[in-house]
Amino acid sequence: MKSNGLKEDASDMDPIHQFEIKKIVSFGHIGGVEIAFTNSAAFMFGAVALIVGGLMLATAGRALVPGRFQSVAEITYEFVADMLRQCTGEAGMRFFPLVFTLFSFILVLNLFGMIPGLFTVTSHIIVTVALALLVFVTVIGYGFWKNGLRFFKLFAPSGIPIYILPLVVLIEIISFLSRPLSHSVRLFANMLAGHITLKVFAGFIGMLATGLGVFGFVVGILPLSMTVALTALELLVAFLQAYVFTMLTCIYLNDALHPGH
Amino acid sequence: MDPVIGKYIGAGLACIGMGGAGVGVGNIFAHYLAAALRNPSAADGQFARLIFGFAVTEALAIFSLLIALLLLFAV
Repeated sequence: MKSNGLKEDASDMDPIHQFEIKKIVSFGHIGGVEIAFTNSAAFMFGAVALIVGGLMLATAGRALVPGRFQSVAEITYEFVADMLRQCTGEAGMRFFPLVFTLFSFILVLNLFGMIPGLFTVTSHIIVTVALALLVFVTVIGYGFWKNGLRFFKLFAPSGIPIYILPLVVLIEIISFLSRPLSHSVRLFANMLAGHITLKVFAGFIGMLATGLGVFGFVVGILPLSMTVALTALELLVAFLQAYVFTMLTCIYLNDALHPGH
Repeated sequence: MDPVIGKYIGAGLACIGMGGAGVGVGNIFAHYLAAALRNPSAADGQFARLIFGFAVTEALAIFSLLIALLLLFAV
C-alpha cells in the first residue's frame, strides 16, 4: 500500500491491519481448509469466560440487598428481560437464555474492541453472519414448529385490501429474507467503520508528530482530542449496536410466536 | 477505460444512497425528540419503537454500503 520508503511502519499506519486474524495453534488441514485456533477464537473464549465467571461471582453471594457487582448482574438481567417481555409478551420468555447470551456476548466483544491493542471479533462479518443466521434459523424453525403452516400468515398482514395483497406479500417475503443480511451487516459495518475511523485519526497524530516536529506536536492536539471524542462515541455505539441486535432478535422472535400480527 | 475505475466510481455512487438513509434516520430522531418534549412522560415507553424505526431505516443504508463493499472487495 505504501511505497514512499515508510514500508517498515506501513503496518502501524494501515487502518485495516488491526483486523488481521492470526493463527495461535494450527490443527492441520481438513479438505483444504486450515483448522486453527486464532486470536479471534481466543477473544471469543475470553468473552465467554468473562461473562460466565463474572455472572457466577456476582451472584454467588445472593445477598437480599445486592452489592455493587450483584447489582450489575441484576440490572443487566432486568434490562434484557424487560426488552424481551415488552416485544414478545410472557410467551417469549422461554427464549430468554438465547437473547441474554446474544446480548452479553456481543456487548462484551464490542467493549473488548474498545480496549487499545485488543482484537474486535464483531468486526468480522463471518462472526456476525453466524449470529444472525442463528436467530434467523431459530425464528423459522420455531415458527413452523409452533404454528405449522399458519406461520405463512406472517407474509399476509391482516386488513390489507385483496387487490394489493400480492404486492404486499412479495414485499414481506423480500423483507423477511433480507433480515439476516441487514441484521449481520449492521453490527459488522458499525464496528468496522468505527475502528477504521479511530485508527485513521490516531494515525494523523503520529504523522504530524513525526513529520512536522514541534509544530506537529502542537497541531497534533486537534486529532488527539478528536480521537478522545470518537472513543466516547464508539463506546456508545458498542452498547447501542449490542442493544439493537438484541432488540431486533426479540422482534423477529415475536414474529415466530405471533405471526399475522 | 480501465474497468477498475468503473468499479471505484460505482462504489462511490452506491454510497449516495446512504445520504437518503441519513435524512430518514435524522427525521426519526427529530420527531421522537419533538414528541418527547411535548409529552416527556410517554417518551420512555416509546424508546424500543424508536430503535426499531432507526434499525429498519438504517437497513437501507446498509444495503448501499453492502453494494459498495461488494464492488470494492468481491467483484
